[in-house]
Amino acid sequence: MIEAKQVNFYYGDFQALKDINMRIEPHTVTAFIGPSGCGKSTFLRLFNRMNDLIPGTHLTGECLIDGEDIYHKSVEIDALRKKVGMVFQKPNPFPKTIFENVAYGLRVNGIGDRKYINRRVEESLRDAALWDEVKDKLKKSAFELSGGQQQRLCIARALAISPSILLMDEPASALDPVSTSKIEELIYHLKKDYTLVIVTHNMQQAARVSDKTGFFMLGELIEFSETRKMFLNPEKEQTQNYITGRFG
Amino acid sequence: MKQLRKIAERTVETLLTASGAITTLVIFLIIVFLFKEGLGLFNSPVVEKGYVLCVHEKNSVADLTAYQIKQIFDAEVENWKALGGKDEAIELFRFEEIFNHYPEAEFGEDYQYLPDKLGEYIRHSSGIIAFLPKRYAPVDKPGVKTLREAQIRITDFFFGKEWMPTSTPAPLFGVLPLIMGTLWVSFFAILIAMPLGMGVAIYLSELANERVRKILKPTIELLAGIPSVVYGFFGLVVLVPFIQQLFDLPVGETALAGSVILAIMALPTIITVAEDAMRNTPRAMREASLALGATPWQTICRVIIPYASSGISAAVVLGIGRAVGETMAVLMVTGNAAVMPRTLFEPVRTIPATIAAELGEAPAGGAHYQSLFLLGCILFIITMIISITAEVISKKQHHAV
Repeated sequence: MIEAKQVNFYYGDFQALKDINMRIEPHTVTAFIGPSGCGKSTFLRLFNRMNDLIPGTHLTGECLIDGEDIYHKSVEIDALRKKVGMVFQKPNPFPKTIFENVAYGLRVNGIGDRKYINRRVEESLRDAALWDEVKDKLKKSAFELSGGQQQRLCIARALAISPSILLMDEPASALDPVSTSKIEELIYHLKKDYTLVIVTHNMQQAARVSDKTGFFMLGELIEFSETRKMFLNPEKEQTQNYITGRFG
Repeated sequence: MKQLRKIAERTVETLLTASGAITTLVIFLIIVFLFKEGLGLFNSPVVEKGYVLCVHEKNSVADLTAYQIKQIFDAEVENWKALGGKDEAIELFRFEEIFNHYPEAEFGEDYQYLPDKLGEYIRHSSGIIAFLPKRYAPVDKPGVKTLREAQIRITDFFFGKEWMPTSTPAPLFGVLPLIMGTLWVSFFAILIAMPLGMGVAIYLSELANERVRKILKPTIELLAGIPSVVYGFFGLVVLVPFIQQLFDLPVGETALAGSVILAIMALPTIITVAEDAMRNTPRAMREASLALGATPWQTICRVIIPYASSGISAAVVLGIGRAVGETMAVLMVTGNAAVMPRTLFEPVRTIPATIAAELGEAPAGGAHYQSLFLLGCILFIITMIISITAEVISKKQHHAV
């Protein structure tokens, strides 16, 4: 379970997130939508502390995962990131073989057992619906795959270390329609094992894959509710305007 | 008006093309000149130009290598037997000694009888070897055999271990000690500079905060602009005495001093190029690694360095290139003894230092002069190989696993 309590986030003097409160239940798919620069990606990146990499940022309020404040001093960031996987907007495989890409997370977490690694690589690639396409070329460079395959490889890579939460930052925005539908299908299947949070620009995609949707604008969470309700009968006028394409 | 502008543009275009062509041509001509002068060495006789070696007619030795001649005249070999002749002591004879054996009047007014007298002298001493100017040599005189005018052999040049370009009668042009000296000094320079440079590059690109980086990087780049003679001066005044004391050596001018100075000089190149390569690692790569629970250090070792490996190799190769071609600083601190390097604590001499030190006193067109040009060719080929390697490595695509 993910909780945000009174979260404010600043890039230097610029306030990117304003008083955000949210609760995300396990084994659900939550989508964040909103115009560019609304803070949805920033919010997503709070949960694996990816924003720590940007100098000059700071946060007030609390981010809790399973009841634990992930910004507490005692939290080990690499352990947190192992629990909270992430898939990025652009496929970003390492310049290594397909196998080594998936095995990377295991290796950096100190796992050396060959058999276990082999098994986890296969399982992860199967879970990411990529196994059948790459099983004969695991030793080939990841760069030989198509964009859609690379993105599924990145998903497999994130799954290999068995996170409980998977954050996806516009995972299909750089892909063609066929690859996009494959990723969406995958998200649907992953729900039973993981808690998924997805940032997307594509409202149809949010409507298709998510259980709940959050609408962000100018750093504020305007509305957060059941996806069905959000798209059929939004509470706020701003939401209505955005999803019907009147602005944004 | 329009016409005028067109003409002006055309003129500028022509000028630019011409300057490009001229530059290329000049570089090409320099290389041709270098090789033409250098390769002439292999047409030069072993014995100093304008001189010949004469022996007694009965002597069975027909030709001698430069090294054998040097041994004879240094009295390291004293019997013809060692050179494949009969068992007889070698008698060294230099041209001016003839005046000790005959009264001056017998040579004639224009020294026209000098060859006869030389011939006579040689005929009476069976173990003799005489080093004579060609114009007075008793060629074709009875009892005299002139040694064949051998040419300097390629193998003697490249594999000869003695560099004695001014020894008479036969200078020795063995460049092996110089090539080895160059490689020796450069190798240890890189051995010192590579770990240090990599460390600084990693620190600058991954660990240093923006403020430190903004100060440190331009400072390091500034190091590359210091004239090499200043480094040499520093090396001579500070490093050489320090090394001498530290290791308790008879002289401080050693290969080690050269290596350290070269390492310092190669550092800016290595640091700058390697740091750029590491910083060019896409942010997405770092984030992907960190998002998988890798520590920053694991990310550096497993993602950033492999990703930047071609840039890092290029950095090292460029550093080597700088070290190999460096002249002044090395000339000042290595002691310049043309011997095969065995340890770091002895003087050595590099190719560029040799050229710089000797070209001024080598008579133009002579064998010594040509041999220095040939050294230039060797240096040119070495640095060309190095820069081609750097080019190939840095062009290598990142996705080649």
